[in-house]
Amino acid sequence: MTRRVRLALFGVSAGGLTALMLWAVSGLPAFGDYHHRYGILLNKVAVSERHATNVVTAIVFDYRGFDTLGEEFILFASVMGVALLLRDVREDAERPRDATHSDVLGLVGIGLAAALLVLGLYVVAHGPITPGGGFQGGIVLASAFVIVYLAGEYRAYRRLTPHPALDLVEGTGAGGYAVIGIASMLLGSAFLHNFGPFGMPGTLASAGSIALLNIAVALEVSAAFVLLFTEFLEELMDTRLETG
Amino acid sequence: MSYLPYGLAVWIFLVGLYGVASSRNFVHLVVSLTVTQSSTYVLLLAIGYVKHGTAPIFADVPQERTAVDPVVQALALTDIVVSVTVAALLLALAVQVQKRRNTVNPDELHELHG
Repeated sequence: MTRRVRLALFGVSAGGLTALMLWAVSGLPAFGDYHHRYGILLNKVAVSERHATNVVTAIVFDYRGFDTLGEEFILFASVMGVALLLRDVREDAERPRDATHSDVLGLVGIGLAAALLVLGLYVVAHGPITPGGGFQGGIVLASAFVIVYLAGEYRAYRRLTPHPALDLVEGTGAGGYAVIGIASMLLGSAFLHNFGPFGMPGTLASAGSIALLNIAVALEVSAAFVLLFTEFLEELMDTRLETG
Repeated sequence: MSYLPYGLAVWIFLVGLYGVASSRNFVHLVVSLTVTQSSTYVLLLAIGYVKHGTAPIFADVPQERTAVDPVVQALALTDIVVSVTVAALLLALAVQVQKRRNTVNPDELHELHG
């Protein structure tokens, strides 16, 4: 199929698709008029029932916690897929030192990495209370390590993030989520049912197993993203070694 | 006016699809796919909006306040994670295609190679 034929075909089918989607959208409740009982109910009961003031986190790690288990394993599987696709032909040769190194950049980078680390831990710890949680905080934590690469050297970054440690943290995060789910079965309730203790709403030690699942996800997400970044980075380093 | 956010989601979806269909580079294609998927965030969050509603976080607002739907927000969070993982896998595939076939242009990959 030539480019022109493909774009013409796209134009025709996009026209049809647009009409269908606009028809579908016109059947939705007007913007701001949607009142679904499920959401309203959860907004009313989450704080008193689970002592979690962030209802979104309560849904992600409790009311729809099983959904998140699947989501976490999608992330786990895709990181394994990327590692499988990129890691096979690589030999563990000694990497050359970076040609350029700036002290100013290094200093700013270290400060930024430290600040990001603290911010990430804050976002993770306050997941059940204020906006944030394991997914968001995990990304911030991963970015702290990426900053080390950007500001300093590739070798410093690799020393900070050895593969065995990353694999261990990622596995602990993913497996820990399932283990917490099974723990609530051992305590006599359903899989992933929140077993408490719930603590005072709005404090760090609240929301029961939501807080634990939150930490498991933070481990999984931060290690997964550092691992993804490392795989692509090593691919880049290999290409550089080959071309010059 | 009240349907504008939904229309925006439709528009982002179509722009992303156009990017996928007209792409000359696999990296561009993956980014276009991410744009397409981001239309679903707009759609989900637009559906969940309630007039005069606050965020569904009651750390410093009383529980009696009207809040927007928290369920679609949790779904959007799932959506974002899935989108990122799909993008990572596809980019890894693009790296492999570049290595094996020495091109990232979909148009240059007509016939199958064993």
